[in-house]
Amino acid sequence: MNMNTWRSTDELEDRPAFRDWLQREFPPLASEWTNEASRRSFLKIMGASFALAGLNACTRQALEKVVPYVRQPEDLVPGQPLYFASALNLEGYARGILVESHEGRPTKIEGNPEHPASLGASDVFMQAEILALYDPERSKSVMNGLEVSTWDEFLALVVQEREKWKSNGGIGLRLLTGHITSPTLLSQIEVLLQEFPNAKWHVHEPLATKAPQPIYDVGKAEVILAVENDFLGPGPAQLKYARDFASRRRADSGATKFNRLYVAESTPSMTGARADYRYALGPRALQEFGTALATEASLPSWGVPILADLTRNKGRSLILLGDSLSEEVRQFARNWNRPLQIAQPLPSNGDSLSEFMQHVEAGKIETLVILGGNPAYDTPVDFKFAEKLALVPLRIRLGLYEDETSALCQWRLPEAHPLETWSDARAFDGTATIMQPLIEPLYGGKSAHELMAALAGNAVVSGYEIVRQYWHAQHAGDDFEKYWRKSLHDGVVAGSAGGKSSPFAPSVRAAASGSGLELVFRPSPSIRDGRFANNAWLQELPQPFTKITWDNSALISPATAKRLHLSNEDVVDLKYRGRLVRAPVWILPGQADDCVTVHLGYGRTHAGRVGNGVGFDAYALRTSDAPWGGSGLEIVKTGLRHPFATTQHHQSMEGRDQVRVGTLAEFQQHPAAVAQVGEPAPGGDETLYVPIAYKGHAWGMAIDLGACIGCNVCTIACQAENNIPVVGKEEVARGREMHWIRVDNYFEGAPENPRIHFQPVPCMHCENAPCELVCPVGATAHSSEGLNQMVYNRCVGTRYCSNNCPYKVRRFNFLEYDRNPFESAPVLKLLRNPDVTVRTRGVMEKCTYCVQRINRVRIEAEKQNRPIRDGEIIPACAQACPAEAIVFGDINDPQSRVAKFKASPLNYGLLAELNTRPRTTYLAKLLNPNPEAEKT
Amino acid sequence: MNVPDETPVVAPGYDSGSVTRKITDVVLARPLGRGWLAGFAFAFALLMLLNFAIGWLLIRGVGIWGINIPVAWGFAIVNFVWWIGIGHAGTFISAILLLLHQDWRTSINRFAEAMTLFAVACAGLFPLLHLGRPWVFYWLLPYPDTMGLWPQWRSPLVWDVFAVSTYATVSLMFWYVGLIPDLATMRDRSAPRPLQFIYGVMALGWRGSARHWKRFKMAYLLLAGLATPLVLSVHSVVSLDFAVAIVPGWHSTIFPPYFVAGAIFSGFAMVLTLLIPVRKAYGLQDFITIRHLENCAKIMLATGLMVAHGYITEMFMSWYSDDKFDIYMTLNRMFGPYAPAWWLLMFCNVLVPQALWFKSIRTNPAILFVLALLVNVGMWTERYVIVVTSLHRDFLPSAWGIYHPTRWDWMTLIGSFGLFLSLLFLFLRLLPAISITEMGKLVLDKKESRQQ
Repeated sequence: MNMNTWRSTDELEDRPAFRDWLQREFPPLASEWTNEASRRSFLKIMGASFALAGLNACTRQALEKVVPYVRQPEDLVPGQPLYFASALNLEGYARGILVESHEGRPTKIEGNPEHPASLGASDVFMQAEILALYDPERSKSVMNGLEVSTWDEFLALVVQEREKWKSNGGIGLRLLTGHITSPTLLSQIEVLLQEFPNAKWHVHEPLATKAPQPIYDVGKAEVILAVENDFLGPGPAQLKYARDFASRRRADSGATKFNRLYVAESTPSMTGARADYRYALGPRALQEFGTALATEASLPSWGVPILADLTRNKGRSLILLGDSLSEEVRQFARNWNRPLQIAQPLPSNGDSLSEFMQHVEAGKIETLVILGGNPAYDTPVDFKFAEKLALVPLRIRLGLYEDETSALCQWRLPEAHPLETWSDARAFDGTATIMQPLIEPLYGGKSAHELMAALAGNAVVSGYEIVRQYWHAQHAGDDFEKYWRKSLHDGVVAGSAGGKSSPFAPSVRAAASGSGLELVFRPSPSIRDGRFANNAWLQELPQPFTKITWDNSALISPATAKRLHLSNEDVVDLKYRGRLVRAPVWILPGQADDCVTVHLGYGRTHAGRVGNGVGFDAYALRTSDAPWGGSGLEIVKTGLRHPFATTQHHQSMEGRDQVRVGTLAEFQQHPAAVAQVGEPAPGGDETLYVPIAYKGHAWGMAIDLGACIGCNVCTIACQAENNIPVVGKEEVARGREMHWIRVDNYFEGAPENPRIHFQPVPCMHCENAPCELVCPVGATAHSSEGLNQMVYNRCVGTRYCSNNCPYKVRRFNFLEYDRNPFESAPVLKLLRNPDVTVRTRGVMEKCTYCVQRINRVRIEAEKQNRPIRDGEIIPACAQACPAEAIVFGDINDPQSRVAKFKASPLNYGLLAELNTRPRTTYLAKLLNPNPEAEKT
Repeated sequence: MNVPDETPVVAPGYDSGSVTRKITDVVLARPLGRGWLAGFAFAFALLMLLNFAIGWLLIRGVGIWGINIPVAWGFAIVNFVWWIGIGHAGTFISAILLLLHQDWRTSINRFAEAMTLFAVACAGLFPLLHLGRPWVFYWLLPYPDTMGLWPQWRSPLVWDVFAVSTYATVSLMFWYVGLIPDLATMRDRSAPRPLQFIYGVMALGWRGSARHWKRFKMAYLLLAGLATPLVLSVHSVVSLDFAVAIVPGWHSTIFPPYFVAGAIFSGFAMVLTLLIPVRKAYGLQDFITIRHLENCAKIMLATGLMVAHGYITEMFMSWYSDDKFDIYMTLNRMFGPYAPAWWLLMFCNVLVPQALWFKSIRTNPAILFVLALLVNVGMWTERYVIVVTSLHRDFLPSAWGIYHPTRWDWMTLIGSFGLFLSLLFLFLRLLPAISITEMGKLVLDKKESRQQ
């Protein structure tokens, strides 16, 4: 009831003015008002309702407190996400990120286009960190022995310790960390070491090299030789290298000249898959090759044209070497590459772990503070870290989890996740980013800065203040606030590239010479050095070449397997340097003969429910003198079997032409000959139905197989964006993984050294969709813009659509995956993207071209009364891809990137001969053979 | 030794009274034997197993079975097609043989029609159970819903809904209408009052007047006429579930006639499997004679040859099409991971029925029984091969997978036998297994023709 109508005398006297007003304000009531009889009834009703209103108080309604923002954050529009820039570390090196935040909780990580180490793209670890943030098994409380304690009690201990250190200069104090690039943290450590000159700081990073590579301009190189160097594979510089490399493999822009890549390696890697020429050799043979190259003596016959090619392009060619090659060869390569060097690497800092172990054994250490890392798990086995640690009286640990190292320390402090804390970090080229938190620490964790400040005697300062103070000291001036805000907004500190580069003294031991089988250690492509073992997304992410999930294996070549009478899933004992580890075997085409590769990071005992007991622990064989492997391996069959859960069982193309490959020369002579092979797609008029004219927007996607490096980030980005559940090893073994986009891997040619191809397969959104025809309830329909829509709440689950899909891109919720052990923790509800439905059991799902992103952009464009611009809608897979292999847009717009891709002669549709008319098409892959090399 | 054409369809020496007595005695006079009790107990136990398997399925979801991507259909669909196929023999015997005036059908048509009904009941379970969300199964039915949504008519699964429900309805009506005079006989001959009452209600007030008989004949013929095309149409529609899809191994125009022939083939095999022990157990050899068994065997041979022709056509077209997907599918069936199933299928469906060329085999009930069992197994395996091998390896090798049934798959299959056998045992015990009306009439006809 509108009280206003009673306020003016106009109303009471029923003046014409009021009647006019009433007419405008309440058109239906106006006629009521002028009618005397009904006016009375109107008043009666209103009066009655007035009286009755009081009766509301009689029935008790349930008390529901709705709390709006007491102080609403600026710019926050409920329902619209905000993006904040920050960074995430990998082995200490930063990659800039933008984090999508819904109502104050982060839900998705993207790359920061302004940051040189991400360039807008991401790697699998960046995508997975959002799940690590919400991991229900993270450390939640300060622990002292078996008792729960508090931060204040810990501070009381620190006060005592500081007294002791002041008296002896900190002689028993040791700091053990991973590789740190954070300027703030480095300065805090420096300050601490200045205060206590007898204390020492040791660094242990299981994957770090003693002699980090300079950063090279891969985009300018005409010829690249990579020997045991996976520069396109996972690592702090992967995104930059992948982008630069892909830019030299585009056939559409005639101006860019194709580069040429030669790879010699022991295990198939992403770099090897992209090579124009690949040679599978064990570490000893690779060392010989490297020496031959450096000395130009006794080069093998296949190496001669390589050297010739490199020499022809000297100054514009690169020789990239792995860590296991000798110093002489690496020096030769450094000199060769100097013209293309763009940055010195940030040196690894701190003293080494071997010194630390000496001090431990000598009993010199009284107080040990471990920041992050997991040295009890990933230190070389000959150091016996876990055993020796008992010699240290006081062990303090700051960690994300109660892991293997925590189990050995008395004081365990929960660490705040990088997304929960103020910090900073440098990228591989020195660019600094100030990291800002996206959410208050979920479990009351503390950052390394806060711990260091406490050790320095200043316990009241917050992480925010510490970081801000540091940068204020760097940028004195009146405009610090503006500088601070701009750095936070952009995600990079302007002008910080380069950084300090101090000369380092590399001392890499050459691979031990010897005979017999060789063992090679590699970081896991999905869980890295083991730090991500409790991350279910990464455990379920198929490894690029074996497609194994939830496991690691001993990779051997087909010839070696035949010789030793081994088949897939046989369990063997690996005997190496007096130690033994039991491992299941996987036969990998392209693996070097007599060489076994094992992935690090598995076999953990204190990772959490997700990671415990997954795979075998390869660190148990890893010694400090040969961290990347050596000779003297013995394999003993045990007769046992170990089943693997793989997502792709068949890696041959079976004579079908899914991946179309040609050479650059072929393409230049007959452009259409490369992609238009096999049966041609039927013409547009081969249909019984009236063809639909797609006016307006017509969404489509093109995937450049010549750019894809097979990193799988599209798979995990899609999982993060679309609330795709993790199903676990048993379900994956049954064939029920839920990934909406998968990267197929094919081996072509001889098993000893095949060509390796990757093909990302999302939903094709066929114009003539076979799935739409057979759904009995019409749960899958076609939109007017060309999207094949999946209507979850109509689906009854007959699964006929999946049977009729020739691409098998549809995924079914066979069980209630939302309530399985990986998905049911209540905290994970915060992680879900609110724009995407979480599907229940019995319902089919598939790639939607990120329809939620399409709609969001459409709404924005409509609000601003403008058309949608090309490149404005970016599906999660396209946004994450470092090689920019996935392009999405409006195919009705001839100027759009995707239309240009599709106009290329290399464009073809997968299984187009079935007349599905897919909207997702592929660009064939081109190789760049060397005419000289072809002759040998 | 009797020449086949002269083997009587009913042994001599019977008149309508003795025929009636013999058939009703099975239900009314014979005491509850240990054999029946043991059999029913076993069947009921299997039914409880089905109950358990279905219960767990509804609680946990379709994932308890072995299905996955790419093999999203497994035992459930195989069982569905197999059970529906079995039902076709009953309708063939009841309707088509009636219209063709084949009087040897008389003693077996009631039993066969009952078998059809129970088989359709078993079959009907599976399309409901295999749904991811079975509680919204009714969305496949055309009803005016509040959102204005109708089923998607182009989908063969919707056609299935019509075909199977029509089949169930017509079969039920046909069987029931035929039963009415017999139920009246049972009412008149049964002693305990409650039993009389039940039969009486079921007989719908049949008095046996001339008018009743006239209407009965007309209704029976009409229903036979309705049911006849169903023999061909129902399984054709079910086969379209596969033929409409693009999957190599499914997308084949020979499927409708090939499936119908297969259905009649497996149906007759099931008829024999059931009739041979039943006639022995209840002493009905005079009514269900060797000639009946032999005729069933002949139809089995004929349809078996049609099925074999279907296999050969498929293989030929695979080769002739030069389509690499189809060729691979054929070779994969013969030599791939599921090769043992395929070879078992060829043995049971092509090789074994060739024995039926020999009269000595056709007239030997024991051998016929074993042969019919093998054909049943072979036909189930054929559905399994069609569904699973076509799905597990189709267009993209990266999507190839393997299907393994789980214990719940087996429990549901074996449990469905429990449902079928329980119903059958109850039928044998409570209703006349042979049509009294028609047998009486047959005996009368034979007597007249002999007197002439």
